[in-house]
Amino acid sequence: MPATERRIIYRHIDEPGYTTDLVCYQRHGGYEILRKAIQRQPEELVQEVKDSGLKGRGGAGFPTGVKWGFLDRKSGKPVYLICNADESEPGTYKDRQIIYKDPHQLIEGTVLSAFAIQARLAFIYIRGEMFGGFTILERAIEEARAANFVGNNILGSGYSVDIIVHRGAGCYICGEETGLIESLEGKRAYPRIKPPYFPAVLGLYNCPTIVNNVETLCQVKHVLDMGGKEFAKIGVPGDSGTHIWGLSGHVAKPGYYEIESGKATVRDLLYDFGGGPPAGRTIKAIIPGGVSMKILRMGEKFKVKLPDGSPGEWGVLDIPLDSGSFAQCGTSLGTSGMIFMDDTTDMVEALANLNAFYAHESCGQCTPCREGSLWLKKITTRVCDGGGRMEDIDLVKTIADQVAGRTICAHGEAVAWPCQSNVPKFRDEWEAKIRAQIHAREHPEGAATTARTGLRLV
Amino acid sequence: MNLSEKTLKYIDGLIPRYPQKRSAMLMVLHAIQEEQGFLSKDAIEWTAQKLEVVPMAVYEVVTFYPMFRQAPIGRRHVKVCRTLSCALRGAYKVCDSLQHELGCGLGQTSADGNYTVEFVECVAACGSAPVVIVDDKLHENITPEKAPDFAAKIKKETTVSLPPSRY
Ligand SMILES: Cc1cc2nc3c(=O)[nH]c(=O)nc-3n(C[C@H](O)[C@H](O)[C@H](O)COP(=O)(O)O)c2cc1C
Ligand code: FES
Repeated sequence: MPATERRIIYRHIDEPGYTTDLVCYQRHGGYEILRKAIQRQPEELVQEVKDSGLKGRGGAGFPTGVKWGFLDRKSGKPVYLICNADESEPGTYKDRQIIYKDPHQLIEGTVLSAFAIQARLAFIYIRGEMFGGFTILERAIEEARAANFVGNNILGSGYSVDIIVHRGAGCYICGEETGLIESLEGKRAYPRIKPPYFPAVLGLYNCPTIVNNVETLCQVKHVLDMGGKEFAKIGVPGDSGTHIWGLSGHVAKPGYYEIESGKATVRDLLYDFGGGPPAGRTIKAIIPGGVSMKILRMGEKFKVKLPDGSPGEWGVLDIPLDSGSFAQCGTSLGTSGMIFMDDTTDMVEALANLNAFYAHESCGQCTPCREGSLWLKKITTRVCDGGGRMEDIDLVKTIADQVAGRTICAHGEAVAWPCQSNVPKFRDEWEAKIRAQIHAREHPEGAATTARTGLRLV
Repeated sequence: MNLSEKTLKYIDGLIPRYPQKRSAMLMVLHAIQEEQGFLSKDAIEWTAQKLEVVPMAVYEVVTFYPMFRQAPIGRRHVKVCRTLSCALRGAYKVCDSLQHELGCGLGQTSADGNYTVEFVECVAACGSAPVVIVDDKLHENITPEKAPDFAAKIKKETTVSLPPSRY
């Protein structure tokens, strides 16, 4: 039986006739959950979110209720909520659909979450390139304010919250929550060191702050609708709810599919939803959830513990779509943006493309990340340009090993993981490529050139 | 600094919404760049005064964020995504083709001052790769085969009466 979608967050997205205005949203039951929830005690709502087991959808998968529980209430300082709408992890385009096609869902989720944590001011930090999304959100907030769903004394509850939509200006690092906070303070987006700067204690203006992803805030709305315990029944234990899988790269039908956690496999995603690889090709590698996650090579086998506790073995296509399963295979579902690469892909070029990205996006604060990402870019680019040396293979791995774990923020891991996984898994390709280059250099008269694949990923 | 009444009003409305003036930085800079096409030394000093910070505090922001620029560009700003999902579907060929058709090198402006073509990193539209942003509008599925026609469309829309690119 082919796997099916279960649309909760994306329920109305792309539905014919569904528009971004308030009237349409309310016709579909919009703001009814807020109407009920705002009569309850905020602590009860936090408890519902804890009970739901919801994990953040921004990439790190941190349990949302636990994060909210870290809020420093004793300081007496104002609490802020920030919606992370920077969506900048390559391969990820799920938040865009919500912002552009169902903005009121995000606003309702934001107001509900702000009420639960008792924030009086919320920000939606949207990436600068989404100019259209910015205007859509601004308009939607105006509508919501006019209808008293945002602003003063919401629905007569005595609770007030304003939402400011704030534009970024083209930096990946603004997605990192403490970089985002610095940026929102009007500075360079230099991430802060943790401890002591855990946002829940010392966040925006050194006040307690919660940063949540766009999709997370929408999931919260459904948690409060169903109740935490009901929500926890969706998906598999340890990873409740749905994931929105965004397929891209070498797949016949790229697109987004919302699937109950753990209820389908990579194979279902590729064949039932993605239509398989492009005609006549086979898939060689998959990056499961945004480019920073470790790559999987087709043919790899993983020794795993099956849900019933017995030992088992999975190939890449067998992996169920939930966070625990990907963790068992040495990678992570990250932002659930899955990139497919077929047999025409030069894996060295693919890595060089990513290394160029990280070198461009490193904020430059810490030496291992700034220098490491630049060296990695230079070395992989040189290998792509025909100047490869056998020792480059280990060099790339060694540099990556020295970046991970030695930086202020997780951008260091983002730099390192693609290298640390690509190099050992595709060592045969690296060696063959470099061997051919050495041969070509020693026999310049020979016809064998090291022409690039035409993909020219760098 | 000559800012239009409309932009001034917008900026004056914006700043008090934030708990601290300096937080309005990116929004103020966007507004000025949208009107003037780039951020001049005057604009940086004006913003510093407006937000009650030293000019250096504005300058370091302007030089950090890729969307801000300190020199004018062409009337149309063509940004081709070069990151993995787009590259796998031909973004580099698209970029070559657009440069050729619009008559400018990468990161440069055509001699007639009409077009600037640049590479940008992933713009969160990977499922409809390759993508190109022109000014503030996203164009999806611009494959290498479609690129020449796409360039022709941009050319047709571009007239000298158009003000320089604002985004
Ligand atoms: C380099 C880097 C970039 C990130 N980019 C984003 C992003 O674009 N959007 C996002 O929601 N989270 C991003 N994150 C994760 C955030 O730091 C943070 O964990 C997340 O917004 C928390 O929300 P959640 O708990 O709802 O997942 C990024 C993290 C790093 C290290
Ligand atoms: S890689 Fe081009 S939009 Fe994401």
